[in-house]
Amino acid sequence: MNLALTTSLFATTGGPASADPRVLLTQASYLAASVLFILGLKGLTNPDKARRGMQLAALGMALAVVGTLIDAQIISYTWIVVGMILGSAIGAAISIWMPMTAVPQRTAISHAFGALAATMVGIAHFHEAPAPRAAESNVPAMTVGTPASPQPEVAEHSIGRVEMAALGFEVLFGSLTITGSFMAFGKLQGFVPSQPITYKGQNASNISLFVLSFLLFVYLIFNPAGSLSGLCFYLMIAIGLAVGVLIVLPIGGADMPVVISLLNSYAGLASSATGFALHNSVLIIAGALDGASGFLLSILMSKAMNRSFTNVLFGAFGGGEAAAGTVNSTEGLTVHSISVDDAGLQLAYARLVIVVPGYGMAVAQAQHQVRELAELIEKRGGEVKYAIHPVAGRMPGHMNVLLAEANVPYDRLYDMEDINNEFARADVALIIGANDVVNPAARNDPASPIYGMPILNADQAQRIIVLKRSMNPGFSGIENELFYNPKTALLFGDAKSSLTQLVTAVKNL
Amino acid sequence: MTDPTTAFLQMYVFVLAGFVGYQVITRVPPLLHTPLMSATNAISGISLVGSLVIAGRGSGHTASVILGFIAVTAAMINVVGGFMITDRMLKMFKRQEKKPNP
Repeated sequence: MNLALTTSLFATTGGPASADPRVLLTQASYLAASVLFILGLKGLTNPDKARRGMQLAALGMALAVVGTLIDAQIISYTWIVVGMILGSAIGAAISIWMPMTAVPQRTAISHAFGALAATMVGIAHFHEAPAPRAAESNVPAMTVGTPASPQPEVAEHSIGRVEMAALGFEVLFGSLTITGSFMAFGKLQGFVPSQPITYKGQNASNISLFVLSFLLFVYLIFNPAGSLSGLCFYLMIAIGLAVGVLIVLPIGGADMPVVISLLNSYAGLASSATGFALHNSVLIIAGALDGASGFLLSILMSKAMNRSFTNVLFGAFGGGEAAAGTVNSTEGLTVHSISVDDAGLQLAYARLVIVVPGYGMAVAQAQHQVRELAELIEKRGGEVKYAIHPVAGRMPGHMNVLLAEANVPYDRLYDMEDINNEFARADVALIIGANDVVNPAARNDPASPIYGMPILNADQAQRIIVLKRSMNPGFSGIENELFYNPKTALLFGDAKSSLTQLVTAVKNL
Repeated sequence: MTDPTTAFLQMYVFVLAGFVGYQVITRVPPLLHTPLMSATNAISGISLVGSLVIAGRGSGHTASVILGFIAVTAAMINVVGGFMITDRMLKMFKRQEKKPNP
């Protein structure tokens, strides 16, 4: 093996090998990939150019992969090929057959995959570093996971402090994202209860675990090749995995948009740290882009719920007191239910209908019926707009994707701030499976847990028709006084079948 | 060994890339936030690059090959799945074809 090419174990930059044309090609492909990734994301600022942009990003990815495969460090292609084929098959299968309603789950699990890759790379990196030097090697039994006979011809550099810091971030972010995302996936898919799971001393124990892993990390930075470093490294990963499970347990379904965004950010940071450890700029850049995007989305989501990160992570929304505190305000009030024919009549003669979709629409998979109803109304001369709250659904932009899937033109989908002034001139606000995002308590009840959250002004419409399965309060367990508003009429039943009946009713007019 | 200068250069790359990312992504409309998330997810599948080296370097460590193989598979799921699903989503976003009713 050409030693000059393997001088720097992971590094593909610098060193005596940089004159090799293959190394230059690899580096050029990484530079091109970085530029293409940024252009790709820039494409997403315009819906009409987004597809082209992503094709550029995919091209960048292909270049980077080819650039890596020609790298002289790679001498065996067997497992690479098997892994790539297996991964492509799984990835393609998921993306072809997955229903659009499952997008939040897929996103959550993909963060776990990304973090898994970063963590595995980090562990391999650590594992291949040589055993502690003579001074410490009198206690080799303590170096868990370090092989008895390291391969000196390849693993000739020991891990320094800076490198250890990068590795530590890599596996710490990685491990907590693996299990955290898996838990989020479980909650969204329904095999983990989506209600918050809380117990006594939860925050205290979570924080202590986090502090413990942090201390291990600090120890590792100062003793990267110490006799205990192996033990500490793997213990830190184990704690990271545990923390991932524990921080997602107390998080309820309605808070998922924030959590998914945050995990997105962590997965990106783990990739970026991998880049630091491997001296690979394209990894640093792509990870930073992912991290920035996840960070920005979590800020937007938190703002849309008027809550801070800390509050989401440690707040365990929807406790018993919250529901009890607001139940008084609706006591003695009655709801008005409406028949399908009456609701159909109101919709058919409305000039402006604003549809407010929520997670209930996704659960019922009713987006196609919504579009059908909207087309009928438009055919009769009415106008239909859709009001999308930033945290409607289970991830950022969830409702937009579902409605786009049902062929609703995207220029009919309005963000909260663009549509809120129009509710006052809307004849009907049609609320489909949304709850907290239209709850006036956010505006006028300081005792409510959602007080201060920006909401859609559905209550300002002339009439409000709410499609609802039952009178059970939503995920957050908060009563919604909108449902008791004299202008509001409730149409009980599954959203999909209610909408199908409404379509028939409007057609028969 | 990472010398401090390299570490600083890497930090520059990280901070500037993060800044560019933040600026670009601020302009992505909420309409496309779901595709954005799956797009950045696909892009961060670039850890595939690191995984490939681990899996194929022939370091003589069986553990590394196994870890590398898992990493290649996981990253590849994100790359292929991420780009395909993003495209599938973006394909669905269409403008109104005819003029909307008055």
